[in-house]
Amino acid sequence: MGHAEETLPLPPTVATVAQLIAWLRARNPAGAHTFDPAAPIRAAVNQTFATPETTLTDQDEVAFFPPVTGG
Amino acid sequence: MKSPSSPPSPVAEPTIHVQTAPFDVGASLAALTHGHHDIGGIGCFIGLVRDTPEKLTALTLEQYPGMTERALHTIATQAITRFALLGCTIIHRHGRLALGEPIVLVLTASAHRQPALDATAFLIDWLKTRAPFWKQEHAADGTSRWVDAQPDDDAAAARWS
Repeated sequence: MGHAEETLPLPPTVATVAQLIAWLRARNPAGAHTFDPAAPIRAAVNQTFATPETTLTDQDEVAFFPPVTGG
Repeated sequence: MKSPSSPPSPVAEPTIHVQTAPFDVGASLAALTHGHHDIGGIGCFIGLVRDTPEKLTALTLEQYPGMTERALHTIATQAITRFALLGCTIIHRHGRLALGEPIVLVLTASAHRQPALDATAFLIDWLKTRAPFWKQEHAADGTSRWVDAQPDDDAAAARWS
């Protein structure tokens, strides 16, 4: 989405990781390819692997990254 | 949070380092065994940067600071419980590493050889697939590419589940 890092208040319509992705895509259609379903992306909430259903609250740290390639 | 009166945990605490600097295998081994007379065997794996048919000069390993160390701590604790280890050390390097440089050290200490060897294989299979690292290969022709997840490594890790 053109940022390494961004801090924002939790939007009222966002309660899960999947909803955050939808919100980010809608906010910035030009960057929506970041979340292209054909290019699998992984998420972590508060530095723990998360699923699309993982719930979010304000103050959470959310990270998006490609599938890990290990050490 | 533990209260001050809770009894000491009988489970060994792993030693985890995610660092750019090289590691000293002898010093790590000495730290793992110091003061222990119940250890009968140490399992050891050292991973090195290896060349490929594409002719590499180096790898860059990127981590997610905080999460990577925490994930390594979690898997090491699982190995300690699963294989009844007396100790476990994982040192994983990140940053740019040239061909032949050591990337990772896994040490497992146990009363007997088999749990130490099994735990070493378990940990390295996990590290190759699930550890939060992202690997970029630098070729001799000056190009670089991010490595995709390897199905073979996933199969190796699946045998432990």
